[in-house]
Amino acid sequence: MYGWIFRHLPGPLWLRIVTSLVLIAAALVLMVQFLFPWMSHYTQFTDSTIGAASQP
Amino acid sequence: MVLQEKARQAAAPPAGVVILRGTVQIVGELLITAGIILLLFVAWQLWWTNVESDARQSEVIKEFAQDLGGAPPASPDASAPAVTGEEFGDPVVSAAPGHAGTIGIMYIPRFGPNYTRPIVEGTTSDVLDTLGLGHYGTTAMPGAVGNFAVAGHRQTHGAVLDNIHTLVPGDKIYVQTRDGYYVYVFRNNQIVMPSRTDVLEPVPTLPGAVPTERYLTMTSCNPRFGAEERIIAYSLLDSWRPASAGPPAEIADQVAAAVGKG
Repeated sequence: MYGWIFRHLPGPLWLRIVTSLVLIAAALVLMVQFLFPWMSHYTQFTDSTIGAASQP
Repeated sequence: MVLQEKARQAAAPPAGVVILRGTVQIVGELLITAGIILLLFVAWQLWWTNVESDARQSEVIKEFAQDLGGAPPASPDASAPAVTGEEFGDPVVSAAPGHAGTIGIMYIPRFGPNYTRPIVEGTTSDVLDTLGLGHYGTTAMPGAVGNFAVAGHRQTHGAVLDNIHTLVPGDKIYVQTRDGYYVYVFRNNQIVMPSRTDVLEPVPTLPGAVPTERYLTMTSCNPRFGAEERIIAYSLLDSWRPASAGPPAEIADQVAAAVGKG
């Protein structure tokens, strides 16, 4: 899959490497901004309050 | 024989084999990706949230310092003896700010000389995850007769109360607000189930009792890296100093470092 994507990126080899790095960085940003905060609602140990007022 | 075998394979792998190989490869790569994402998530939660929250909380403290006017009397009267509450009268109790408003700064020398964390109104995740210790809106304000209760993360998002179990009875906990400095003394801790809202009562765990003492109650997750229970730390107000009297000598350096000398 990743090999297929890499082969279908346009441009010479150096440009494809740069494009891959940009894509990886973009995926990381998306994960940190959206995916991980959403996932953290399903882990337990961020809950430090008493009562049901703010259970995530 | 071997040569023939190779030649046959190279010539024409059946279509079914090609599809199967491709499918297995894609599934394998997706599984590896999922594993990497989970590892990244763990790193994000246990490490990166702390980096982010520490930075944000430093900003909150800076904003609070600017709000104080930039020039708190950072030259405490070192010659003055330790003063008790009576000399300054009853502690000033201010009204609670709006949601996510900064109440003040907490200094806990037991957690390290540089332990300064903002205290912010509210206990929703937007406060606790980034801004610092969250004040339970239904409880009293610092210095008031009754229970001033705050929550903080044990792990992740700054881990503001990671070392709550290391408090020793008699440890001082300093709360700085716009009005002054409230010195609480740690008394004991208690491990309870998350449903025990009575620890937030004006007299902790005694619903309906009329308070005569000024409590500070801190709540956090227990055990570390888990949330099956809550650890509660109770402290009692020992003394207070108005802002004009300067910070207590024991934390003068921390106050100067946190809010600046103007």
